[in-house]
Amino acid sequence: MLQGLSELLSEYDVLAAFWMTIKLTVAAAVGALLLGTIVAIMRVSPVGVFRSAGTAYVTLVRNTPLTLIVFFCAFGFYITLQYRIGPQNSPIDVQNFRWGVLGLAIYHAAFVAEALRSGINTVPKGQAEAARAIGLDFGSTLSNVVLPQAFRGAIAPLGNVLIALTKNTTVVATIGVAEASYLMKGMIEFRPDLIYIIFGIMAAGFVILTLPLGVLFTTLSRRLAVKR
Amino acid sequence: MSAEASVLFDAPGPKARARHRIVAIVGGLVILALLYLLVRALATKGQFTGDKWAPFLDPVTWTSYLLPGLQATLVAAFFSIILAIIGGILLGMGRLSQLRPVRVACGAFVEFFRAVPVLMMMLFAYYLFLFGFQISGEALPLYGVVAGLTFYNSSVIAELIRSGVGSLPKGQREAGLAIGLTSFATLRLVLLPQAITLMLPSIVSQLVVVLKDSALGFLILYPELVRSGQTLASLQGNLIPTFIVIAAIFIIINYLLTRLANYLERRLQARKRGPKQPPLDTTMISPSLAPGGALAAPGQT
Repeated sequence: MLQGLSELLSEYDVLAAFWMTIKLTVAAAVGALLLGTIVAIMRVSPVGVFRSAGTAYVTLVRNTPLTLIVFFCAFGFYITLQYRIGPQNSPIDVQNFRWGVLGLAIYHAAFVAEALRSGINTVPKGQAEAARAIGLDFGSTLSNVVLPQAFRGAIAPLGNVLIALTKNTTVVATIGVAEASYLMKGMIEFRPDLIYIIFGIMAAGFVILTLPLGVLFTTLSRRLAVKR
Repeated sequence: MSAEASVLFDAPGPKARARHRIVAIVGGLVILALLYLLVRALATKGQFTGDKWAPFLDPVTWTSYLLPGLQATLVAAFFSIILAIIGGILLGMGRLSQLRPVRVACGAFVEFFRAVPVLMMMLFAYYLFLFGFQISGEALPLYGVVAGLTFYNSSVIAELIRSGVGSLPKGQREAGLAIGLTSFATLRLVLLPQAITLMLPSIVSQLVVVLKDSALGFLILYPELVRSGQTLASLQGNLIPTFIVIAAIFIIINYLLTRLANYLERRLQARKRGPKQPPLDTTMISPSLAPGGALAAPGQT
């Protein structure tokens, strides 16, 4: 078994594949956070048009499979329609990576928006009423009273989204980005005799990536929880 | 919607309403402009021409590609959710067991399969069936999809069950033990039935996740909706219209399931509230403002 393990690790660049997974996760997380914050703001805005648009975005995106969204980006916009992100002459795998990140960001933005909104919902109405009662204006009510509590309430759900995103990066294997599950497929096809070890390595990689995230966010959300 | 009281905003006065109208018009135009850009990006590449969409008027498109694909998706989701509920209940019971080894083993199983991506489990199951058990033939991809989905979702449902049992009043368990049931019988006869009812909305929501994840079967050649759509698209040369139709199918089904989950949730809450509890706000109503009779708090009359 140890021999199989060392054989696999010398033959295949497992670390490079997981590095790709991490790059996908970080890039998509930044994108999803930006887009999701915009959508969340729209969903809680007092203007009806924005609320409907935000709700429509969340409903449409949340109910579509991530696989389909990623295909839409890579096979649809890139391969079929020849739209490119960034420099026109960048190679195909770079383009696939960028479209994959875009697809992941679009999908998870809906969940980020829901996480932020649920954070806002944890703030009791009395907090805002009390702030107004002591004469704070709209801006300071929001920035000094409501949002600090809302962000702290959103930590745990945001952590869950980040963990789900880490695992969901495997979906871009379907468009040929060389991340962990793509490598795993190749490894098993060439070394079916070592299938258990291969799955063990890859699963361990994800446990190593996601467990600390889970612990970190649980501790953070506990430590920063608003005591009520 | 407009009546919804928000923690963020006061009820708008006349000035604020006028401002909101302007913002709504400008914002609406910006949103329309973005949509227009997206539609134009598709239209300039000829995605809205008649011949790209004509195949969807042909019954063969539906009978030989889309409906069989939808059927395959639903079959995979159906078997997965049934097996996942069974597995989830067993694992959930294991995690609540009095026996430490059982508890630890089930806990480790649940945590492990929640941390590993579904796609990896599908790939592993698929190749294990193929190379390990020498299973081949048409049903192989289905086994792979169902196995992958079942492992992941039974872990999720096990956690739902556990939190459901945890949220029950302590008296339920104590009453079960007091009338002489063993702790296993208490779990099985008293706690689980209530926990499962409580968790019904979440289980329906999980079905949405299962349906979406079944699209991952694409990678192991399972002929679900996305793959059969892609076959159709490569034949007709209308990839984008096909993806739009498939997305619409998924969105409609999942939206209806979400509505069902919300409906169940509301019904359960209505049941939980029961008729006996007094309305929460009665103490805030001053006697002069109380509508009198039935709604006034007992102490105030």
